[in-house]
Amino acid sequence: MDTVFGVEYEGGVILAADQSNARSILTYQSNLDKITKLSPSSALAVSGPNADLVNFSEYISKNLAIYQLSNDGLQLSTHAQANYCRGELATALRKGPYQVNCLLGGYDASSGKGSLYWMDYFAALSKVNYGCQGYASSFCLSIMDRDWKEGLDQDQAVAIVDKCIKELSLRFLMNQPNFIIKVIDKDGVKTLKFGSDPADT
Amino acid sequence: MSYDRAITVFSPDGHLFQVEYAMEAVRRGSTAIGIRGKDCVILAVERRALAKLQDPRTIRKIVPVDSTTTLAFAGLTADARVLINKTRTEAQTYRLTCEDSPSVEYMSRFIARTQQKYTQRGGVRPFGIATLIAGFGLNDENEQVPVLYQTDPAGTYSSWRAQVIGGRNAKSLREFLEKNYNDDMGMKEATKLAVQALLEVVDSGAKNMEICVVKGAGEKHTMTEAEVAVVVKEIEAEIEEGKQQKTSTSS
Repeated sequence: MDTVFGVEYEGGVILAADQSNARSILTYQSNLDKITKLSPSSALAVSGPNADLVNFSEYISKNLAIYQLSNDGLQLSTHAQANYCRGELATALRKGPYQVNCLLGGYDASSGKGSLYWMDYFAALSKVNYGCQGYASSFCLSIMDRDWKEGLDQDQAVAIVDKCIKELSLRFLMNQPNFIIKVIDKDGVKTLKFGSDPADT
Repeated sequence: MSYDRAITVFSPDGHLFQVEYAMEAVRRGSTAIGIRGKDCVILAVERRALAKLQDPRTIRKIVPVDSTTTLAFAGLTADARVLINKTRTEAQTYRLTCEDSPSVEYMSRFIARTQQKYTQRGGVRPFGIATLIAGFGLNDENEQVPVLYQTDPAGTYSSWRAQVIGGRNAKSLREFLEKNYNDDMGMKEATKLAVQALLEVVDSGAKNMEICVVKGAGEKHTMTEAEVAVVVKEIEAEIEEGKQQKTSTSS
């Protein structure tokens, strides 16, 4: 079961995801990158079966690339991107659903703020200050409830993320040794740290 | 009323008149020039005099179709818009399925294939545009080299070192380019040649031209009016000098 969570702070968003690709009793891979860059200033952290995860995030990112090319380099706002994703999930829901639960984090230069959107595989969408998908929510939401406040800086947000990872390693049944953490801010989408290099496939 | 009857049919002497009329539509469009330098491709288009109340920034004749491929067209703008959208979608589809960027040759082949399809289908007319596609590709020694392709309403495509599409003077401009082109041109030289060629057709200099320099690694630079004006001035100065020398030697 994947662990995906994110925290919004003043001027950006942090997304974190575990790096294991497993099914039943087997671990296929322990350096998977579940956070896909959608556009120069947004990323989608996805939880779900590998096929849907890859298919959905690549499909969305290519469609956003077309939008940008066709509109003279103008990017969709994070709000618009989130609603576009939701729309695609909703359309697919009664045809061939994508079983993906995701967190979309983006930075909008026009407002100078980051925003985080929580989306589940039924295509429910909600804007949140912090969020988790999967079993992680049982462990991490309470930590975030207590520690998150308006106007955090990046270091404080990373501290919350680290606290959550520590809690999971202590109390969560599944062993998730590797986490990848990405930051989305005015400088774009950057990998802050990873447990295992995803490029090493 | 059945829409499956072809519009483009052969004439008794083997012509496809609709395609030839489409090429005439291209000739009525404004000129576009492509020049392949040794490390860049220059796309230069004539920006026809606009209505006073029109916003020039919303008229784009040189467009990106992919992060590494740029296209200039001549002919019917609305047809170009449709074809460009199809091309952009194709580029992203290629990226989605092959997880790699499509080559300039692939994109040109796609555009040509699409243009040809519309000459052999029921109920549709050919696209009234010709395109110049610029970018970089790999040569036999696996080095990045600039490439320039051209397509026309018939659906043919080929690679060119320099080419002109659109405008009434395309033939004479091509001859001009043949005379003055050489294989080893750097960015400055190639830009100058493009501007020189455009000056033959364009009314009044820098503000009626749009010049785009396509460099390697997906980089491209659209020259500002001021930058173009500098090149125009240089060329005009050379012409003046040439004239003066002529008059001084003849007198």
